[in-house]
Amino acid sequence: MAFTFAAFCYMLALLLTAALIFFAIWHLVLPEYLIHFFFCVMFFCAAEWLTLSLNLPLLAYHVWRYMSRPVMSGPGLYDPTTIMNADILAFCQKEGWCKLAFYLLSFFYYLYGMIYVLVSS
Amino acid sequence: MHPPTGCYGAPPQQQSYPTIPAHPAPVPSKAPITNSAHSANYYRSNHHQQQQQQHLSQHHVAPSPYSASPSSAPPSQTYATLPSSAPPPSNAHYSQQPLQQQHHPPYAPPGSYYGPQSYHAPPAQQSQQQPSLVPAPAVGPGAPVYPIVSYPSAPGSSQFGTLSSSQSAAAHGVMPTQMGAPLHQYGTTRPASTAAVQPGYGVAPPSHLAPTVNGQGGTGMCGGDTSSSSTGSASPVPNSYDNLEGGSYPDSMPPSNHMTNQAAPYGNYGYPGMPPAYHQGPAAVTDSSPSHDPYGQSSYQQYSQPFPNMSQLSAALGGLSGVPELEVAALRPVNLLQERDLLPHRPLEAPEPNLSPDLKKVNCCPQSFRCTLTSIPQTQALLTKARLPLGLLLHPFRDLQQLPVITSNTIVRCRSCRTYINPFVTFLDQRRWKCNLCYRVNDVPDEFMYNPVTRSYGEPHKRPEVQNATVEFIASSDYMLRPPQPAAYLFVLDVSHNAVEAGYLKYFCESLMDNLDKLPGDTRTRVGFLTFDNTIHFYNLQEGLSQPQMLVVSDIDDIFIPSHDSLMVNLKESKELVKDLLTSLPGMFSESKETHSALGPALQAAFKLMTPTGGRVTVFQTQLPTIGAGSLQSREDPNQRSSTKGVQHLGPATDFYKKLALDCSGQQIGVDLFLLSSQYTDLASLSCISKYSAGSIFYYPSFHCTQNPTQLEKFQKDLERYLTRKIGFEAVMRIRCTKGLSIHTFHGNFFVRSTDLLSLANVNPDSAFAVQMSIDDSLADSSLACFQAALLYTSSKGKRRIRVHTLCLPVVNQLSDVYAGADVQAITCLLADMAIDRSITSSLSDARDALTNAVVDLMSAYKNNVCNLQQSGLVVAASMRLFPVYILSLLKQKALRTGTSTRLDERVFAMCEFKTQPLQQLMRMVHPDLYRLDDMSDQGALHLNDTVVPQPHLLHLSADRVTRDGAFLLDCGNVFYLWIGKSCDHLFIQDVLGFPDYASIPATMTHIPELETLLSERVRAFLDWLQDKRAFSSTLTVMKDNSSAKASFFQYLVEDRSEGPFSYNEFLQHIQQQMS
Repeated sequence: MAFTFAAFCYMLALLLTAALIFFAIWHLVLPEYLIHFFFCVMFFCAAEWLTLSLNLPLLAYHVWRYMSRPVMSGPGLYDPTTIMNADILAFCQKEGWCKLAFYLLSFFYYLYGMIYVLVSS
Repeated sequence: MHPPTGCYGAPPQQQSYPTIPAHPAPVPSKAPITNSAHSANYYRSNHHQQQQQQHLSQHHVAPSPYSASPSSAPPSQTYATLPSSAPPPSNAHYSQQPLQQQHHPPYAPPGSYYGPQSYHAPPAQQSQQQPSLVPAPAVGPGAPVYPIVSYPSAPGSSQFGTLSSSQSAAAHGVMPTQMGAPLHQYGTTRPASTAAVQPGYGVAPPSHLAPTVNGQGGTGMCGGDTSSSSTGSASPVPNSYDNLEGGSYPDSMPPSNHMTNQAAPYGNYGYPGMPPAYHQGPAAVTDSSPSHDPYGQSSYQQYSQPFPNMSQLSAALGGLSGVPELEVAALRPVNLLQERDLLPHRPLEAPEPNLSPDLKKVNCCPQSFRCTLTSIPQTQALLTKARLPLGLLLHPFRDLQQLPVITSNTIVRCRSCRTYINPFVTFLDQRRWKCNLCYRVNDVPDEFMYNPVTRSYGEPHKRPEVQNATVEFIASSDYMLRPPQPAAYLFVLDVSHNAVEAGYLKYFCESLMDNLDKLPGDTRTRVGFLTFDNTIHFYNLQEGLSQPQMLVVSDIDDIFIPSHDSLMVNLKESKELVKDLLTSLPGMFSESKETHSALGPALQAAFKLMTPTGGRVTVFQTQLPTIGAGSLQSREDPNQRSSTKGVQHLGPATDFYKKLALDCSGQQIGVDLFLLSSQYTDLASLSCISKYSAGSIFYYPSFHCTQNPTQLEKFQKDLERYLTRKIGFEAVMRIRCTKGLSIHTFHGNFFVRSTDLLSLANVNPDSAFAVQMSIDDSLADSSLACFQAALLYTSSKGKRRIRVHTLCLPVVNQLSDVYAGADVQAITCLLADMAIDRSITSSLSDARDALTNAVVDLMSAYKNNVCNLQQSGLVVAASMRLFPVYILSLLKQKALRTGTSTRLDERVFAMCEFKTQPLQQLMRMVHPDLYRLDDMSDQGALHLNDTVVPQPHLLHLSADRVTRDGAFLLDCGNVFYLWIGKSCDHLFIQDVLGFPDYASIPATMTHIPELETLLSERVRAFLDWLQDKRAFSSTLTVMKDNSSAKASFFQYLVEDRSEGPFSYNEFLQHIQQQMS
């Protein structure tokens, strides 16, 4: 049993996922994307390929989502002129709930992963 | 245009009564007006108020002593049913005073009103208090005559008057001469000398007349100071704006003091005045419709449906009196491949909802409020099955011929959903009404029990609010965030070299000069001017200066306002300076060689200038903005104009204009854009400034004052209408619908502030809106679905007003009923809006596919679900038989076509028009009306004020209908084309055009001469009649068969192949292939 880099990554991801859960509810878009990107990079460095592959689809979705955002000069994702249209609003909320579920599941997965790495190494 | 303040703004306070002449001595025009002379007029326009008609008596008219009252918030319940949209200003000061004051007990000074004697008023006296009529004078040959009705009032309770007139009356100033001073003063204004006669007159202190609702309801909600908290950029207006219209009345909204005082006597009397209808039975009681005879109709069939209570029963009764024959006609299956002549003879009218006659009578006019399905499907599943979009098309601020205006202390609204009381609510008993949107049971306030129209107590269902689906309330200070703003107009003018070349400035200045007095507003009206090239020029117009001063700000990166109080000036005080400026402006820049345009900084300056007041900014731009913030690059590749692949750059290049528009919207500034350019100007980006600030966009491609006279003429006509049309400031609009329905997408120019609240910095009578709806819950509980649009705005006279439209539609559970009630024009317009959205967010080809699929889906759904006959071919319900033609026309519009050379700006402008034009206008643009003029007959002609307006039949838009020996009129909404065939009858050319033969007609001809021949008169009458029904004047172009303009005529013949890939037949075959 040793505290490896991979275990550190899992621990960090565990903490950050807790934050992401809140961001997904409150739609803090940029911090959420950045944090998710950050620990994807960490997993890449730690060569945790399975975990990384689980996160890649979401990462790709984030990149696509940010690329296809409405034209705006500042950072941000939501356009104040269209966000109040009920269908867009409903989509954004649904997106938030799906992410919430994903983050919750990954929270327990990271917990498991951390313990597994700690025990196995 | 609204009547000046004095009319409702300063309702009679008791303190001022002694100033009112006790006798009609000072009345300038004393001829008593008897009802007999005018009853005909009255019947013509006020059908539902016929009953009062019988009791009319002579009353004198006298100038209102109230007009001088400075108060702007109505302190007492003053009712004024007001003249349409445009009462003549001089007419606006009305109050009522009876001639026979000594004879009849005046209505109810607060103490005595509810006393016994009021109830025992003999009928004879009663009749003398009935409203009298004064007809509005005829304004012109075409103008309908609208009577002016004023109602007597009950002091301390309410005052009510109905004035109606045609709008143009104001412009001509005719009314005052005939009207003299058509006033009546009633018991309200009883002279002090008779006070002693009335027991109880002195009981109620005068202060009771100025009820305390303002004070009680207004505190904590929206003081004038709340607006100061605005910050931020996206929605800088405090949230309490939601409360304004959405209304956060505390649930315990107390009635005013005097009301509670009066409640006791009421109880003692036990409603002796209760109308007989209330004793008839529950069904009658709950029926809110004007005639209490729900059983009179034989066709109520749905008794089998279980109803939990009586009110729902009556609601159900309302929805169901079938018009079976109509329905059958609408459902007749039409085989499109066989039937060729689908067009009706006259332009299509909106389908009538299948309601009981009572409800139909009071339902909202389809021009203001229209639903794509006049029979609402019961569930979302049924709606999906029908494959038709559900949505509303609104034209809420339309110029109306007649509009009841109501001043009342308490605007009666549902406590939970804040719906305004409307004709479709149900009265459970005397004191309770049930909301038709959320079904909550509400109390009827005391004040509402008194009906000022019939001057009787205890008939809440006869109140004007409950008799009209479109009403306007004068709002109290509860509906204000700040004192109502003055009308403020800022003109931002491009004076760069390009603009000078185009030469619009001279015509703008001329037009503004001519219309300076007609700008809507009152004495507080403010104007300002700002010009720009690569610098910004401000104009100091402070009163007292000998001539306007120009202040130049050349630091466009950091715009500041050189002087704060002298740039926006009071129009009245500085009129001479403004005129000076307008005279000198065209000459000032004639030598300008500056080619750059700093539009962005100029708009920022305009924003800063207008922030304190809010108002309207009118921008004239002639080229691409090149320097400063918001500068743009040319994005159009001319080689791609006729590409059949996607069209790029339909969206904005920068969000500068959108952000600025949102800032403007937050400060109640609306920006209107006039784009006059020959080059690419990136309208896709520039239009954002108007789109989100609720402005309007005008575009004149290749405008040049000498080389393009047609555009110049259109510009001048548009400008005149634009400057003189009504305007509402700091407006919000909320659309509510029956529980179970929800709104999900909005189309139009506005900013959506919350899911159902549209923020409109300015609202103008020419812009329309559309919303898409979905059905969340089953509507099985009720057989009626209602929609209410409430527009809260500040009139140009500084009055806060609420215009409420309510639409009621039946709910059906059969697919065939849904199809029978489908409104094909509304569906087409809504689909067009959806397609525009799709082409911007996705791609143009996606949008086009979606439109085609809409036809395919509808056809398949109809074939599979409704039409059981195994017919071959394309079968569709008769109500939807024009759907494929309309969709094909949509696909060939500038906005959506591919393959034909279309400039990007024109395409984007067409898209903007789709979003904002009212339905009628839009349909004429999509599917123009084609008439043959040379063989018109008087058969079926309209007879309007001595002129005979022939009604030629509509023709299909196909070249085989346009024969060489005829003369055809194509009505495209904003332009008329008169097509003269090569071998057209000489008689027609002589009589109408004034030329001997075909060859001598000039190539460009834009007017029809006024000849004294019968045919010429008929043609001109027809053209004028078409013109009268639209806001902006259309231009006329005479076209010869061989002229080069032929192409522009034939592009409108959408059923042919000349334009786009499909002819109508090919399109049908394409549909058929897709279906199989």
